[in-house]
Formats: sequence, structure tokens, C-alpha cells
Amino acid sequence: MRFRTTGFLLLPAVAVIFIFMAIPMLISLTYSFLTANTYGGVTGPLSVGAYIQLLYDQDFDGSLVFMPDYIWIILRSVYLAVFTTILSLAVGFPVAWYIVCQSANRRKVLLTLVTLPFWINTLIRTYCWILILRDEGLINNFLKWTGLITHPLPLLYNQGAILLGLVYTFLPFMVLPIYATLERLDPRLIEAAYDLYANRVQLFRRVVWPLTKPGVAAGTVLVFAPALGAFLQPDLLGGGKQLLIGSLIEMQFTSSRNWPFGAALATLVTLAVVAALVWQNRRGKSVEAQA
Amino acid sequence: MVSSPSGATAPTAAIVMPSAFPVTAPGTQGDRLIEIAGVEKVFGDPNTGHRALEAINISIMEKEFFTLLGPSGCGKTTLLRMIAGFENPTTGEIRLHGKDVAALPPRERPVNMVFQNYALFPHLTVYQNVAFGLEMLNWKKADITARVDEMLSLVKLSQFRGRKPTQLSGGQQQRVALARALAPRPQVLLLDEPLSALDLKLRKEMQFELKRLQRETGITFVLVTHDQEEALAMSDRLAVMNTGRVQQVGTPEEVYDQPRNRFVADFIGEANLIHGATLGRNADVMVAVRPERIELTMPGFQPRIRGVVEAATFLGSDTLLEIRAGEDRLRARIRGAVRLEPGTNVGLSWPDDAERLLAD
Amino acid sequence: MSAATNASHAIHAKSAEAKRRRRRPFDWRHNPGFGPFTLLVMLFLYTPLVVLVIFAFNANRLVTIWSGFSFKWFVSVANNGDIRHAAYISVLVGVLATICSTAIAIAAALGFERGGWFRGRGSAIGLVTMPLVVPEIVTAITTLIFFSAIGFHSGVLNLVIAHTVFCIPFAMLPIQARLNTLGAGYEEAARDLYGSEWRIFLRITLPLMSPGIMAGAILAFVTSLDDFLISFMVSSAGSTTLPVYVYGMMRLGVTPEVNAISAVLLVISAALALVAFIISRPSEAATAAAAGTPQTAATL
Repeated sequence: MRFRTTGFLLLPAVAVIFIFMAIPMLISLTYSFLTANTYGGVTGPLSVGAYIQLLYDQDFDGSLVFMPDYIWIILRSVYLAVFTTILSLAVGFPVAWYIVCQSANRRKVLLTLVTLPFWINTLIRTYCWILILRDEGLINNFLKWTGLITHPLPLLYNQGAILLGLVYTFLPFMVLPIYATLERLDPRLIEAAYDLYANRVQLFRRVVWPLTKPGVAAGTVLVFAPALGAFLQPDLLGGGKQLLIGSLIEMQFTSSRNWPFGAALATLVTLAVVAALVWQNRRGKSVEAQA
Repeated sequence: MVSSPSGATAPTAAIVMPSAFPVTAPGTQGDRLIEIAGVEKVFGDPNTGHRALEAINISIMEKEFFTLLGPSGCGKTTLLRMIAGFENPTTGEIRLHGKDVAALPPRERPVNMVFQNYALFPHLTVYQNVAFGLEMLNWKKADITARVDEMLSLVKLSQFRGRKPTQLSGGQQQRVALARALAPRPQVLLLDEPLSALDLKLRKEMQFELKRLQRETGITFVLVTHDQEEALAMSDRLAVMNTGRVQQVGTPEEVYDQPRNRFVADFIGEANLIHGATLGRNADVMVAVRPERIELTMPGFQPRIRGVVEAATFLGSDTLLEIRAGEDRLRARIRGAVRLEPGTNVGLSWPDDAERLLAD
Repeated sequence: MSAATNASHAIHAKSAEAKRRRRRPFDWRHNPGFGPFTLLVMLFLYTPLVVLVIFAFNANRLVTIWSGFSFKWFVSVANNGDIRHAAYISVLVGVLATICSTAIAIAAALGFERGGWFRGRGSAIGLVTMPLVVPEIVTAITTLIFFSAIGFHSGVLNLVIAHTVFCIPFAMLPIQARLNTLGAGYEEAARDLYGSEWRIFLRITLPLMSPGIMAGAILAFVTSLDDFLISFMVSSAGSTTLPVYVYGMMRLGVTPEVNAISAVLLVISAALALVAFIISRPSEAATAAAAGTPQTAATL
């Protein structure tokens, strides 16, 4: 009787997400094996053309010519996502540690401060950096006023700006899961390590890091997955010159009207995220669970 | 027939009859109220799962203060939750007035529970908490008010009726939980480690208070505890449990003086377990003797056992001797101060009625 | 003279000794350098937001040159009919998506937290929290393809459906966290006191979980209000949401109007999120958010 109630309670959520999320992903997968229609949309027959397009360009006579442009875009996206993850971890771990070491009240305030930006529109948070970095932006105006420079520095529309925007957006995703695992860490373990003559570095390497791996793994996936598919940061801060996979996908559904190719790219991103989740599941098991 | 205090003749009837539930006959002390017959509980797979309870047979009498005593994980809480209706036995019956209730949900059992951490509803006032069960039973408003007032004065909390549970001390919360569980006039009150959250002094007070409530209400109390002193002090009868089995059922005196096996002898109070061979008897049996019954043998008399003193600790009224005798180690509580150096040879004796032969 | 030197010497030695004795007692919670580092990170997170809000009040049309305090850009934004329409669409979609997703989330949270273990529970949690890990661009284009494939083009209704889907986990996690902290003890006590399942839900479960529901609903609304990419792909001409409209303005350049409307959106989101935190305690919400992904991963 209880099971029937449970099923009844879960049905709406499971059904809605299955119908409007899982099924659309399957339809998109099918679309990636179809041919583009000039009006947007697809026609038959089935083909792997969209995937071939990743590597080869069709010449005028119909022969395939190797073209590495898309590979470069994908590599650049992966590289930026990895870099974003590493930077977020390097910045986020000390912050999480610092917060855990504070009194309960200060912890609450600091945690709220870290979480709050997550709930603010990414579009607006990214736009803020345009105000600061552009040629007539805050930094360049300040430097001109001090007389250090006469011509504005090119701070915006480069990979550095994209990286900054990505770290800025996704940093909270790294801090929160690490904080959550650190908070559950028994302080007596830390005291025991110090009691047994560990120094700070040894404490971190031998006790804290192994026990917080699940949090780090969760944070890694939470940062890596959205950074890989990011659209706004490269679009606004990269100025469209530094094309990333997110913008490339978007273009296939707006200006280029090549839905199968867009669907194929989205499939690649999804596969990468699934791979990251599988990795997290392997690495992220708590020490207790492994024992 | 369902008797309810909201009926026209309710006030007098309600005193005798438990509310809202049909009763075969008004109970008197000595009648069997709860019978647990052949109960077994397996969590998970019936063949490989964890056997929490095995072959449980207990009868609990009308108006009795009954205790389930045992170490944690012995199955006592599972058994209590089974009487309440939160767990179902895998096999066996739980009878209330001779009727099997094992399949009935909690709300169809005239049984109420004081939960381990009280589970007072934090969003309701003391009054609303106590009134909750009565509202669920659809009592009339006036009857509810009267009953809640009566309960709150019974537990001496009338002036706190408007407070929220978080504004009360641990002891006060406990009394609210008691009032709430007693308000619907249950036939049985179940108490799951009700005193474990209180400090020692308060615990002693509440032991006394619980006995008083049981006397005044005349309701059967079933208490779960791991504290043997508490069990001995409060119970009319108790069941000692270990690893999912009942080890012994009896009055506190019976269980203390005539433990049926090694576990009971060891768990209730302190006991010396001496190999039969050491005493020159059957090697299969163990002999249990309480430390306070052991005496130093007077010169010229034949001791039951000889040993060497290993340590003597003065405890005020007694001296605790630790003695090695063959492969056994004994503890003896001797009245007054006894000066014995470690290494001294001593002879020990005890009266015949102080020893129990235990097969296992 | 020599006596004076000696005295000063003695004082010196004394103060050095005192300093040594006053050395901070050992405390592993004290990590030199971590405090300033965290402060810098907080400045990194909040300076850009503060800059935006300040410039929104700048009277000068040349956004980054300060020439006095003014409300005029807010007035100009408020008088813009297109922005007003986009804001109306955003609020309409937000309210409808919040109602739908919160109702679904309450049921789901109860199912997960009170339904006990059942085969496939992990997969069900994974499915329901899937919107948290799928990159937005993938959700956006798959939703677009889906609506196009089934030929469903109802403007606002498309947006409501798309938003409901990704709001469900955000609404569910605080409710689930709340139910989890409460435990099932209160409901058990109510059952012991003769409550029927429905009355227990109304009298005990619902009032106790209501802070979680409030927090969940607010967070769902904020999530919907903040969404850009999915709305950008799914919305049609008549159903442009505010972020999508603002994005269009940004593409045309940095203007004081963009600053003003962005500042308004920023303050609304931040204020609502703060209210949600205060209701539900931030640690609960954060832990819930962090717990979301491992569960998703565990199902794979």
C-alpha cells in the first residue's frame, strides 16, 4: 500500500522530466543522424554527415577535405573548461576550509555570501565584467587617469576574459560541495592528526584531502559540465572571436540553420558530461564506502 | 459498540472505558492484556536477512509495570514498536485482550507511546500537543478541553499550556509527552527509553513520577530501557533480552536472585561466574555468586574456594577484593575496611542459597 | 646614564619575554592568510555587482564616466513599453512555472523522503535532478528540437513547460532537505495518536515542511526569472522574456538603460534568494544543492 502511494507521489516529477527532458535528448540524438533542411529542421535519410562535418569539409567537387577548425573549437572549449575547474578548485578549497573553521554564525553569513551570486542572473553577472574590462571600462579609465597608459589595454574579447568570466560564474559550484564534505568531517580527526605530530601540510595531504575527495569530485563535475557548454561568457566576453562549442551549437540553430550538426555537437557535450559523472562516481566514493 | 466520552453519558463511562475502543471486559489486575506469541522479525530477505527477534513469547498483565531490558541492538525497541503498530512481525501473533492486532495500523490500537526524543510537535503549543490525539479521535471540543486540563494538572504543567515545546526544559518536555500519550486513555502506555535524555538527578525524580502516574491511572506501562538499575527499581516484572531472544522473564527479585543463564547473571548487577571444575564439581556447569554474598572464611572452617588476593580497593562501606582462584577471577565485596596485601592467600565462602548453577 | 641604559634594556627584555608568553595558543581553526584570501575572493565576487549598481545611477550617458547621481535611466526603462512587456512575460512564466514545479516538487520530495526504499529509487532521484547537471545549452536546444518535432508552438506555454522542468530540482531540494532534517518521528507520533494519513499530512507534515516549500518556491521563481539561454532558444516573437530582451540590448552596446534594468534584475534576484535562505537556513540549502549531483552520478 505504501509503495503505491510513493509511486503516485513520484509520478508527476518523473513523468515531466522524462517527457520534457529525457525524450527531447533522445529526439536530438536522432536528429544528429539526419540531414539539414534549409529552413531549419531536418529531412531524411539517415546519415552520419553531421559527425563527418566535425572533421571534414566538402569540396566543390564533392570530395572530403580534412578541416581542423571544429576540432580546434572543441579542444579550446575543453581546455578552457579544464582550466576553469582547476582555478576554481585552487581558489575554492581554501575558501571552503576557511568557512568551516569559523564560528557557526560567521559560517552562515559566509556561506550565504558564497551562494548568493549563484542565484543572480548569469547574463547580468557576465555583463558586469564588460563594464570593468572594456576599453572605456573601469580599469582602463583608472589607468589612463593615473597616467600609466595612454592607449587602453585590450582586456576584453580574449581567452583570459572568458576564463575570468567562467571562474566568476562557476566558483560557488566548487565551494559548496567541498564545504558540505568538510563540514561533515569530524574535527576530532583533525585534532588526532595534530596530536600525532602532523604539520599543516601533512594534515592536508594525509587526512583532509582524502576525506574530502567526494566533495572535490562533485565540485569538479559541477564546474566542468556547465563550463564546457558555456554560451554567455564566450559570447559576451570573447566577443564572438573566440568561438567555443556552446556558441557553435547556438549558431547551428540561429544563423547557420544546421540542426543535425548542432544536435551532433550537443550529443558530444552530453557524452563528455556523462563521462565526467562516471568519473566522479568512481573517484567520489567516500573512503568509508571503499573500505 | 464504540464508547466515546462525547456521548451523553460519557463522563462516568469514560473513566472505566478506554476511549473509542471496544473492550471485551473491564480489566482487573491479573488478567492477561498483551500476549506476544511466537513472534519473529526478520529485516530484509526472510532467509538471509537480519533476525531482529526470535521466538518471543511474553504475556503482559493488566495494570502491570512491565519492562523490556537489554543492551542496545537486542530487539527490545523493535518489540515495543511492534506493540505500537510501527513494525509487523514476520511470524507470530500480538494479542490484545485475546484478539490478534498484528495487522492493525497504529491508529486502530488503543495503545500510545512516549517516544525516545518525545517527538513533540514543534509547531504546536503544549495544549495543542496534548489535544492532538483527542482531535484525531473526533472528541467534542468541551471534552477535549476538560481532558487536556486534567492531563496537564496530572503532570503539573498547567501554567505552561500556551508554550511551544522548544521553550520547555527536558524534564518538562518529557511530562508533556506523557500527558499527550495518556490523554486518549490508552489501555497500554509504551515508553521508549523515556529517561535517557535526562540528567541523573532528574532521571531519579522521573522514575518516581512515572511510578506515581502508573499507580494513579491504573494503565499498563511497558518500558524499554538498557539501564538495569532503572528496570529493577520501577518494574513489577521485566523481560531480559539479548540478541533477539528473551533470556528471562520475572519479578526484579527473581531475575536478580535466580538468573537463568550467564547473560542474565552478568547483565543484572554483578556476578562472579566460576567454572564448576574450580569448585571440584561438574565441569559443564558455571556457578554464579554475587560479590556481596561472598565472605572471607573464618579460621578453622573449610572454605569453598581458595585464592590469592590481587588487589583490595576500599570503597567506603565495603572493600572490593579481587582474587585469583585457579583460572577464575573473583570479586568479593566485604563489609567494612579489610587490610589485605596483594599476594595474601585467602579462603572464600558463601551460603548455599547464594549460588546458582548455570548450564549456559 | 649607564643605569638608564640598563633599565631600558631590562624593560626591553621583559617585553620580549611577555611577547613570547602571549604567543597565540594553538588552534587548528586559525590559519594565517586564509582570512585575507577569502576576503579577496569575496571582493572578486561582489565588486562587479556593486560597480553595476553604482553605474546604474550615473547621470552621464557615457556609462563609465561619473557625472552625478540620477534616477533618470530607471525612469526611461520604466517608460519603455517593450521592456514592460518582456517583464510581464517573465513574471507570468515565472509564477506559472513556480506553481507547477513546486506542486510537483512537494509530491516528489515526500515520495523520496517518506516513501522508504524501493527498487529504482536512485534512478528516480537521478532523473529528477538531471536538469542540475545537463549543460544549459543542451537543455535549450533539445527542448527547441522537441517542441519543433511535435509541432507545439504556443509561445508562453512552451516557456512555462521548459521552465517547470528545470525548476523542479531547485524547488525540490530545500523541501527534501527540510523533510530529511525533520525525520519521520513526528508523523509516527501522530499516527500513534490516531491520525489518519490525510489529517497527519495537513496538521503535521505540511506545517512543518512549509519553510522548505516557501524556500523551494522562491528559488524556483528566481531560477525561472534568471534563465536566459533556454528562454532565448525556446521563446518566439511575442513571448520574449526580460533577460532575452536585455541580451538583445547588450548586443547593441553598453548603455545606461542596460545598466538600470540589469541592476533592477540583480537586486530582485538577490533579495528573493536572501529571503529563501533566511527561511530555510543557508547550510541546508547549500548541502542540498551539493548533495544533488552525487546522487545523479550514482545512478549512472
